[in-house]
Amino acid sequence: MARYILKRLWHTVYVAVGISLISFFFIHLSGDPVLLMLPPDASKEEVETLREQLGFNDPLAVQYLRFAGHALRGDLGVSLVHRVPALDLIFERLPASLELAGAAMLFALAVAVPLGILAAVRRGSLLDLGSMLAALFGLSMPHFWLGIMLVLLFSVHLGWFPTSGRGSFAQLVLPALALGLSLLAMFARLTRSVMLEVLGQDYVRTARAKGLRERLVIGKHALKNALIPLVTVAGMQFGFLIGGTVIIETVFAWPGVGRLVVQAIFSRDYPLVQAAVLVLAVLFVLINLLVDLLYVLLDPQISYGGGS
Amino acid sequence: MLEGAESLRLWGETLRALGRSPGAVIGGGLLLAILATSLLFPWFTAADPLAQDLLARLTPPCWQEGGSLAHPLGTDNLGRDVLVRILHGSRVSLFVGFAAVLVACGSGILLGLLSGYYGGRLDSLIMRVADVFMAYPFMLLTISVIAVLGNSILNLILVLGLSDWVTYARTVRGSVLSIKEKEFVTAARSVGTPNRVILRRHIFPNVLSPVLVLGTVRVANIIIWESGLSFLGMGVPPPMPTWGRMLAEGRVYITDAWWLVTLPGLAIMLTILAINLLGDGLRDALDPRLRNIPR
Repeated sequence: MARYILKRLWHTVYVAVGISLISFFFIHLSGDPVLLMLPPDASKEEVETLREQLGFNDPLAVQYLRFAGHALRGDLGVSLVHRVPALDLIFERLPASLELAGAAMLFALAVAVPLGILAAVRRGSLLDLGSMLAALFGLSMPHFWLGIMLVLLFSVHLGWFPTSGRGSFAQLVLPALALGLSLLAMFARLTRSVMLEVLGQDYVRTARAKGLRERLVIGKHALKNALIPLVTVAGMQFGFLIGGTVIIETVFAWPGVGRLVVQAIFSRDYPLVQAAVLVLAVLFVLINLLVDLLYVLLDPQISYGGGS
Repeated sequence: MLEGAESLRLWGETLRALGRSPGAVIGGGLLLAILATSLLFPWFTAADPLAQDLLARLTPPCWQEGGSLAHPLGTDNLGRDVLVRILHGSRVSLFVGFAAVLVACGSGILLGLLSGYYGGRLDSLIMRVADVFMAYPFMLLTISVIAVLGNSILNLILVLGLSDWVTYARTVRGSVLSIKEKEFVTAARSVGTPNRVILRRHIFPNVLSPVLVLGTVRVANIIIWESGLSFLGMGVPPPMPTWGRMLAEGRVYITDAWWLVTLPGLAIMLTILAINLLGDGLRDALDPRLRNIPR
């Protein structure tokens, strides 16, 4: 187990190095940040002095190694626009992104798992057909459009929820619903198909043959096994969500990391973009590691020892 | 390797299975109708999606009070016809969607074939790069690259396609790992068939089925991503109308003109729904076929 965790931590390191390399070289091709930092009427000498001061005249490889050396000491640079450490800005915005992603995920799982189980148990019923049709529609709606529709209905026409901002529960509802509905659709379909597969297994038939109550058969025998693929997909989706809420954050003026990075990309704020992408990618890998470790709790047959 | 007649028989079976699935028939029919409308509408109307009629600005759809048949789905804030713009937008979305999937499929299949067949260091390298791409926040990657390269249709196709190669590469690699141990491949190798011929003639045809299913699903994803990028102002450059930009522009008038934010979104949803229905049908039709592939 310890060996497996070490291996996965090594995986995190090389992913972080890869991500930092890609973002470093791409972002540095996008233009000269010094021109953005100085007033438009700055002289050539002023531009040159600042470029020298910030080390932008050094070869790209040297600049990258300097960035990597600082990153190892926890220093991901200072935002060119906000003039504060990039990591501080990210950690200031990260709770908002985690809150939104977490709320969307909770809502989706809370509705999708029971719905998927019911659809599987009552296969072919009106509930099954109706919920799977609704799920198909849910999967087909871009979440930002759904967000706009929710604003149109619940904010503009009914006046129940505010259109934007963060701070109260009411402000969280619409963005979380918009993000969560497509996840709900995905999880409901997945739960149904996995449950159908599990319900056809010998051990479920044996449990039924032993006279166990249906609720126990589904809750104890079937669901536990059906949870493994669901946990995998939910974990991956949570990782994607943290960096993928950019458009929803824009629609609802949600002050998360995604919106911060998009603004940083537009203003060529290199250090902030690099730092944010790095933090989000490492979070993604760590969440996946956590999911892998969760398997052991869900299924004692899975062992990460001995190279298996 | 699948022999020609056997291959034809299996494709025939797949088509028959697709025909038996109501979802696939509805989805396929709807997608065909959308594709045909998108391709053929210029033959029936020469209306310009950029033509402004400031006297008719924010005209509601024809079924609503104040609407007119001259603009069946209403007009926007500059008096441009919403229906004409949606039709022109469909061309952009569908073209970018299918083209980006081709790019992703092409690069993913090639890397997956090489990775799975040759193994060793090449496999390690390709899979480690795939790990990095998997962890890179996709939307931020595409926005960063578009910010660097500038937004044009070609850049959009390349960025969306090249950001999405990983899923194909992993799927193909998985299939190759099992296929390369089969007798027909070992036999080909033992008679001295060059590796590239084995890859092209014996392995490639056998990895196509999962890629086909995957590609169908990913077209839907790419269309959603393209509209998202357009919504953020990072998609196809103006003045070309796109569904995403129509939504972004319409959002300003959400309190006065519901149709500007509703109808382009409905167009996206219908297209994605059609593709998803077809994708589900294809998956169901191809699954048994996958089990029948000679091992």
